[in-house]
Amino acid sequence: MTPPVAAHAPATPRLVRSLIGKKVIMAITGVILLLFVIAHLLGNLKVFQGAEHFNAYAEGLRTLGAPFFPRGSLLWVARVVLLVAVGAHIWAAIVVTRASWGARPVGYHALEAVETTYAARTMRWGGVIIVLYVIYHLLDFTFGRVNPSFVPGDVYHNVIASFRAWPVSAGYGVAMVVVGLHVYHGLWSAFQTLGLNRPPTVRWRRGVAGMVAGLITAGYIAIPVAVLAGVLR
Amino acid sequence: MKVTLHVWRQAGPAAPGRFVRYDMTDVSPDMSFLEMLDVLNQQLIARREEPIAFDHDCREGICGACGMVINGRPHGPQRATTACQLHMRTFPDGAELWIEPWRARAFPLIKDLVVDRGALDRIVQAGGFITVRTGSAPEANAIPVPKRDADLAMDAAACIGCGACVAACPNASAMLFVAAKVSHLGLLPQGQPERSTRVANLVAQMDAEGFGACTNHGECMAACPKEISIDFIARLNRDYIKAAISHEG
Ligand code: HEM
Ligand code: FES
Repeated sequence: MTPPVAAHAPATPRLVRSLIGKKVIMAITGVILLLFVIAHLLGNLKVFQGAEHFNAYAEGLRTLGAPFFPRGSLLWVARVVLLVAVGAHIWAAIVVTRASWGARPVGYHALEAVETTYAARTMRWGGVIIVLYVIYHLLDFTFGRVNPSFVPGDVYHNVIASFRAWPVSAGYGVAMVVVGLHVYHGLWSAFQTLGLNRPPTVRWRRGVAGMVAGLITAGYIAIPVAVLAGVLR
Repeated sequence: MKVTLHVWRQAGPAAPGRFVRYDMTDVSPDMSFLEMLDVLNQQLIARREEPIAFDHDCREGICGACGMVINGRPHGPQRATTACQLHMRTFPDGAELWIEPWRARAFPLIKDLVVDRGALDRIVQAGGFITVRTGSAPEANAIPVPKRDADLAMDAAACIGCGACVAACPNASAMLFVAAKVSHLGLLPQGQPERSTRVANLVAQMDAEGFGACTNHGECMAACPKEISIDFIARLNRDYIKAAISHEG
């Protein structure tokens, strides 16, 4: 029933095979996604500069690298990197979660949470919500399927049209809070998983995670709030 | 004082288990938690009932034998305290206490509150030692150790292997235990020759035993009677990644 001490236990660590290795994959892909989330926010905030700037930025993403690279090619490189990162992140999350669920077949009458945070406890369902949100988001602004009046190329118009409906804005707000919670625990967790805790890092990593998460949530929410308040029209 | 206990009773590994209620009167607040269970067991024996099986040995908080979840907290509600060092005065008169064994696939239940923690021993056997000729103690100052490293190594070496970290972890992960074992040797000069094989073998054995994966909740640290920090888990991860990248044998 209980395994014996492995007679030929690997002397070389198998990073990807071990649960620690899966967490390392999650941490690295998570940081890649986090960098995207930050870059995406900085781009989106150009909406406050007006339709002309914002649409020019969206067009700029497509002509990135011109004249050396064909139109849209670098954008596709970024999309592939993100898709691979999302795939690896979710794959590792599933493997790790299944291992943990299997590790306690008989549960407790009660196990009190003492040290953990709401963010840490909602990582898994938060991740599922983020996937659902991303699907809706793509259908709204990329494919235009659920956008009330989609105009290809007029990104500014599409954003305003969508956020004018308050339920859409509210759902977006909730999703951004979920992203913020995920980033808060995820970033602190990534420091821990990657072994980045030498002094002085150990003192500021929680604070940095909280600040990054807070700025991301606040920054993204600012856009639908401005639309509903009539600042953006 | 009076207490009401709900104790997990299970006759054997395959037998069905359930909580059994015991009402105790005349409990002295100065009794340790285990003494209270001793008294209950005497009463059970007098009534020709089966006494409650629980692990214990030193009863002074240093051996790591005792351990049970009391009202949802491994070793009970008091920080930095093993169940044997917990006193009944910690609880209010009339308290209702739910007492259950460590719950983990890697810790199969033997009887009542006793679980088999052999998994932790096998992890240590996989490399939680240094290979040297033992004999007379060497001269203490022959190998200088920086004070900071000595202190950190000592913090990690405080682990008594009770398994409360696993019991407290929402993932039933043994990362804090393994981190302590890897760190207390890895921080010292004597532990260097086998540092990367040690971390590789301990981690492989930990996975083979069926423990879950750490998601950095920190519950282990809160439950640890020796207050071992999850900073050691980051250190374990660092050592493991380093060993993997450098492919040292
Ligand atoms: C905006 C997209 C996302 C970002 C920026 C992100 C970022 C991160 C980071 C940095 C980590 C830390 C890795 C570690 O524990 O060391 C993490 C963990 C995790 N992520 Fe994500 N993630 C994203 C999307 C998702 C999605 C779509 C899922 C889908 C299920 C997911 C599920 C998880 C889970 C379960 C963990 C483990 C966390 C833990 O308890 O330590 N994430 N994420
Ligand atoms: S009996 Fe030894 S630590 Fe509690």
